[in-house]
Amino acid sequence: MTQNIVSLASIGRFNNKKPVTGCAASGNTSCGSAAGPDDLSAEVWQKVQDHPCYSEDAHHYFARMHIAVAPACNIQCHYCNRKYDCSNESRPGVVSEKLAPEEALRKVLAVAAEVPQLSVVGIAGPGDALAQAEKTFRTFELIHAALPHVKLCLSTNGLALPDHVERIAQMGIDHVTITINMVDPEIGAQIYPWIFYRHRRWEGLEAAQILHERQMQGLEALTAKGILVKVNSVLIPGINDGHLMAVNTAVRARGAFLHNIMPLISDPAHGTHFGLIGQRGPTPAELRQVQDKLGADAKLMRHCRQCRADAVGLLGEDRGAEFALNKLGEVKPFDPHQREIYLTVVEQERADRQKAKEAAQMAQTNETPVLVAVATKGGGRINLHFGHANEFQIYEVTSAGARFIGHRRTDKYCVGGQSDGNAFDTTLKALDGVACVLCAKIGDSPREKLAAAGIEASDHYAFEYIEASAITWYATKARNEATAASA
Amino acid sequence: MAYKIIAEKCNGCGSCEFECPNRAITAKGAIFVINPGKCTECKGIFPTPQCAATCPVPKCCVQA
Repeated sequence: MTQNIVSLASIGRFNNKKPVTGCAASGNTSCGSAAGPDDLSAEVWQKVQDHPCYSEDAHHYFARMHIAVAPACNIQCHYCNRKYDCSNESRPGVVSEKLAPEEALRKVLAVAAEVPQLSVVGIAGPGDALAQAEKTFRTFELIHAALPHVKLCLSTNGLALPDHVERIAQMGIDHVTITINMVDPEIGAQIYPWIFYRHRRWEGLEAAQILHERQMQGLEALTAKGILVKVNSVLIPGINDGHLMAVNTAVRARGAFLHNIMPLISDPAHGTHFGLIGQRGPTPAELRQVQDKLGADAKLMRHCRQCRADAVGLLGEDRGAEFALNKLGEVKPFDPHQREIYLTVVEQERADRQKAKEAAQMAQTNETPVLVAVATKGGGRINLHFGHANEFQIYEVTSAGARFIGHRRTDKYCVGGQSDGNAFDTTLKALDGVACVLCAKIGDSPREKLAAAGIEASDHYAFEYIEASAITWYATKARNEATAASA
Repeated sequence: MAYKIIAEKCNGCGSCEFECPNRAITAKGAIFVINPGKCTECKGIFPTPQCAATCPVPKCCVQA
């Protein structure tokens, strides 16, 4: 095994294939071995359990890659500016190289040979996957022929969708994401300056009306065929923040299985219309408020990272640059055996992680909920150096357990839409409200700086499971406080 | 009469190439160019030149 996206060294038994017993062996995740969400049907959970974008649990273990074969778009959004070659930016609509279908296949094969975690290949742009649909379908055909186990998905604004539903179903594409930011054209007109439809450009209310109708039509047609549809909405404060409940009601009524609320990323440096006019993105608290209102749906998607259209790797990690076309040598053949070993290890890791979480919950004491930030590079473990973390996973810990509630970025770009020159200040901002940072290792200087800001940092749980460690840390703290109070 | 693409504005997305009914547009490196010999400004085919209507960059695809 050479390089892997998750450091497999951190999953100690990767190379000792052990027999898997109990419910994990049967692959039956409904018995709690993989913490399947209660509100998804068994059938849906079966489809998404290894999909990192749809399952919070899966995102610790499985990787996705986006292939940038769709540069053209048929609408203009005020939050989008499709510049290429901006590898420092991490946001949708941005890529470093455009690919022809054959080039995309070569890249996918190269990644599959290196990365046994690869389970999903998606086409998400950088434009719209269906604006030049032939190119998208041709790419999927090539990939499916070469790697039949890989799930295919695509992401679209929905304008061209009704014309392609038949083909999507025929090709066995089982996940589609539609970005729907409004169900009211008055609001749509503030988000979309124009669309290109039936050989002409439409503007204002007319454009928004057409887009809305096509989105609803496409959504209904897909769900009628049993294709899983996730809806993404960009939360734009002052424009659609009060409107997303109405969007939620409309898309759930038409069979969307998930509704993902993403924060507007807005920075003048990105050159988007919203960036240039100073339209701000939501604060983490505003985002959470809307997500909480939508309840179970949005909770499932709190791990969404708003990936670039050419991202490669586990969510939150992007190895796209390593697999640039000009860096691909001779592509190694895909080895199904490596993937089988990996799948077996994951089954067991998921089951063990769940057990560790349950055991830790038993040992709970009295409490108030606190936020814990975790530095991880995947595998559901605390396995990343504090200084190497580009983002932290945030867990809310109470006596009921540790609950993943989201991630916060620390990289200089796109911190809630605002850039900041000072790296540590950015980190501190990302850790706002957090009581403790759990990481594999941390230097004395950052530890002291964090302590000065009232944040504890601990490498005591290095390489342990995240939830179990967070719960144990919390219980220990509560016990110590109780002891101190009684002394 | 023909349209042209302002090279320094073109972001290379290729929308225009796809929509052109005359196959007058081709990739040249990372951007696209219009062959004026083939361009008809879509007269008699569509109500408006397709390249300009689909181009995402303001004032990039204009009358030559």
